[in-house]
Amino acid sequence: MSVAVAIDRVEKRFASLRALAGVSLRIAEGEFFGLLGPNGAGKTTLISCLAGLARPDSGTLTVMGHDVVTGYRDARRLLGVVPQELVFDPFFSVRESLRIQSGYFGIRHNDDWIDEILANLDLTAKADTNMRRLSGGMKRRVLVAQALVHKPPVIVLDEPTAGVDVELRQGLWQFVRRLNRDGHTVILTTHYLEEAEALCGRIAMLKEGRVVALDTTRNLLARVSGQALHLRLSGPAPLPPALRARASESEGMWTFQLAGVGEIEPLLVAVREAGCLMDDLRLTQTDLEDVFLGVMQSSSPRQETSRP
Amino acid sequence: MSGFRTLLYKEVLRFWKVSFQTVGAPVLTAMLYLMIFSHVLEAHVQVHGVSYAAFLIPGLVMMSALQNAFANSSSSLIQSKVTGSVVFVLLPPISYVEFFLAYVVAAMLRGMMVGVGVLLVTVWFALPTFVEPLWILTFIVLGGGIMGALGMVAGIWADKFDQLAAFQNFLIMPLTMLSGVFYSIHSLPHFWQQVSRFNPVFYMIDGFRFGFFGVSDVAPETSLAVVATSFLLVSAATLMLLRSGYKLRS
Repeated sequence: MSVAVAIDRVEKRFASLRALAGVSLRIAEGEFFGLLGPNGAGKTTLISCLAGLARPDSGTLTVMGHDVVTGYRDARRLLGVVPQELVFDPFFSVRESLRIQSGYFGIRHNDDWIDEILANLDLTAKADTNMRRLSGGMKRRVLVAQALVHKPPVIVLDEPTAGVDVELRQGLWQFVRRLNRDGHTVILTTHYLEEAEALCGRIAMLKEGRVVALDTTRNLLARVSGQALHLRLSGPAPLPPALRARASESEGMWTFQLAGVGEIEPLLVAVREAGCLMDDLRLTQTDLEDVFLGVMQSSSPRQETSRP
Repeated sequence: MSGFRTLLYKEVLRFWKVSFQTVGAPVLTAMLYLMIFSHVLEAHVQVHGVSYAAFLIPGLVMMSALQNAFANSSSSLIQSKVTGSVVFVLLPPISYVEFFLAYVVAAMLRGMMVGVGVLLVTVWFALPTFVEPLWILTFIVLGGGIMGALGMVAGIWADKFDQLAAFQNFLIMPLTMLSGVFYSIHSLPHFWQQVSRFNPVFYMIDGFRFGFFGVSDVAPETSLAVVATSFLLVSAATLMLLRSGYKLRS
């Protein structure tokens, strides 16, 4: 599998802020790759460097083998970016915006493809509507369409579902999934971890401008044991010290991390023998959020070196 | 050059869609100037051997063209920067030279359109003569180019609309109003004549007016040299700014 995006020791400073502190990543062609991290971790800066909106202080970035600085024409032609901000040009209709965007990429008669994108994003009825008159969700979809006019093999979506309603989010993901199945490499940043868990084959987590975790989604999930049992107690008897030591408490809810379902029965027996009464009981699967929190809380950031 | 062509098309379409305010309004303003000044001064003043209204018209045409060329590139850039839609032109493979040319040519075109509009509505006051049409064209192209490029510099530099307004009100307006649009500099005291000679807009107006009457305050070759040099300097500065990515690419 050849490399779609190669990021090599990229550093970027904004005044005293070290936005990227030596990031290296390799994303293979056809991957659905997630870029996660808290606000200010450097996700958008990294994407800006890849798209040529920001210039790295050092290090290199390539798209399908083309350097984003020295070979910017080819690199940008191969890259489609959906920006995070909900931006639009108020002078034009949806179709005009898409035609103009096609022209910027040197494509003149693009209406067949534009119609197809519009249909897929459920925008056909709004094709001749001025951008100003679209709802936020529709503007967001036009941004996706604008990133796709030149059929880029690599698509970057920077927080594309922030503030978007559930129905639209589902529709958008269906479309992006299909693009990925058709061979497009997709890079996604998102705050919705369940979204990354459902969509991304591999995930990099960023913290303070460094990659602090990089693995397949499956392996990341396996880092945290499978299930957790949550108990809320009522009645006078407290949880005995032996059980307290194994659990963590938050707002009256005791959480036991389980290595397997076999641990449930003895645990419940011990609780009953201590005379505790249960008010609520829940069994949950660990998800990416647990992994994310674990990674973010763990000590100093380190550079991962694993490769696809 | 398709990136250039599309960007030019977009820039022209942008002002054309609101032509009522981008072309119509400045034409009306110029006509008001002409009505008032020619009413007051027509009976008393003759300049270069022509009536005051006839003298005033080329100056008004050029002043309106210059101010609108500046307004076009500067307002387009500041708007797209403030709204964030500037990413649409930063993401595609458009070189900084194409970027420069598209904005400057669009600014020139708006300036010319306003100029032609002013000329058309002033026909009622005095029939224009075109003694040297090639000089007219050369000066309006170079003048529009200088102001289009300056507009780019201002639009890139300004972060907010009021910063751009300051640039426009405290630099562009005085330079164009005090450039000999309304008078021949020979009517000024010696000191202010000398000051006027440091204003590049004076040479744009004077050279442009030469094309209409074949008479001017300074030799048209001198004006051409000053205007052409200014165009090259401002263009070089703008291109350097664009190449560095100043305030556009962080």
